[in-house]
Amino acid sequence: MHNTSSTLVLVLAVFGASLVEMVEALTLVVAAGVSRGWRSAIWGAVAAALVLGVLVVVVGVPLIRYVPIDALRVVVGALLLVLGLSWLRKAILRGSGHIALHDEDRIYAKTVAGLQEPGADSGTAPVAGPHQFDGVGFVVAFKGVFLEGTEVVLIVISLGAAQHRLGLAALAAGAAVLLVGIVGAIVARQLSEVPENLIKTAVGIMLSSFGLFWVGEGAGVNWPGGDLAIPVLVAFWIVVTIAFTAYMKTTLPTAATERSVTR
Amino acid sequence: MNAAIAKALRAFGHFWWDFLIGDTPELALATGIIVALAFLVDGERVVGAILLPLVAAGFLFLSVLRGRRRAPSD
Repeated sequence: MHNTSSTLVLVLAVFGASLVEMVEALTLVVAAGVSRGWRSAIWGAVAAALVLGVLVVVVGVPLIRYVPIDALRVVVGALLLVLGLSWLRKAILRGSGHIALHDEDRIYAKTVAGLQEPGADSGTAPVAGPHQFDGVGFVVAFKGVFLEGTEVVLIVISLGAAQHRLGLAALAAGAAVLLVGIVGAIVARQLSEVPENLIKTAVGIMLSSFGLFWVGEGAGVNWPGGDLAIPVLVAFWIVVTIAFTAYMKTTLPTAATERSVTR
Repeated sequence: MNAAIAKALRAFGHFWWDFLIGDTPELALATGIIVALAFLVDGERVVGAILLPLVAAGFLFLSVLRGRRRAPSD
C-alpha cells in the first residue's frame, strides 16, 4: 500500500508533466512541419527526443549508483519543491485571471507567420522543396522538443532517482510523448483543447508534495504513516491551491477601479 | 576553443539560474529555509509534518501576491 501510493503519484506526476510540455512542443513541431516541410520537422523532433533520452541515462544512472540516498533525496526534494511551487504559483495566477492562460493557437499562428516570411524575425532561409531537407524546420522542431523536454528530463531524473525507479519514470514520460505524438500525427495540428492549466496545477501539486516529502525524509523527519504522508500532502496542496485561487479572484481589480486609477 | 567553452558554461549557468531562481527568488529562498527547517526538526514527527507544509504554503501565498498583475479593464 505504501509503495503503491508513492508509485502512483510518481507515474501521474511524470506523465502529466510530460503531457503538458509535449503539447507545447507539438505546437512548434506542427508549425515547423506546416511551414517548412514535415520531413525536417519530424527529424528535428526525433533527434531532440533521442538527446533527451541519452541525458536521462547519462545523468540519472550515475546518480542512483553513486550518490547516497539521503543526500540525493534532500537535493532532489529541494529541486522538485522549487519546480512544484513555481508551477503552482503560475497555475493559481492563471486560474484566478491575474495572468493570461497559455494560448497554443496564438503561439502556433505566431510561429507559422515567423517561419513563412523569408528573412522575417529570425532571418529564416527560403522554404526547401517537399522532399528536400530544411535546416530551419529541423532546428525549430529540435529546439521546441529539446527546450520543453528539458524540464521533463529533470522531473524524470529527480523523481526516478529519489525512488530508485528511473526506468518507471522514463516509461511514464515515454508514454506521454507517444500519446501526444500519435494524437498529433492523427489530427496534424496543435492540441489547443488540452486543459493545460488544469494538468499543470495537478502536476504542481504532485511535485510540491514529493518535494516536501523527500526533503523531510532526507533530513531525517519521520513522516507519520511513512509513504502514506504523500497522499495527505497531495490533499493539503489541493486545498491550498483552491483557497489561494479563490482568494486571488477577489483581488482582481474591477472595471470601475481600473477607470479611477487611469483617470 | 576557450571562448566556446566559456560560452557553453555561461549558457549552462544561465539555464540553472533561470530554472531555480528566475523571477521568483522568494521560492528559491523558501526552499532553502524549508531544507534548513527539515534538518532542525530532524526526527520530530508532528512538528515536521505540520511545520514544513505550512511554511511552504506561506511562501507560495507571498509569491502569488507578489506575482499578481492588474487585470484588463473590461
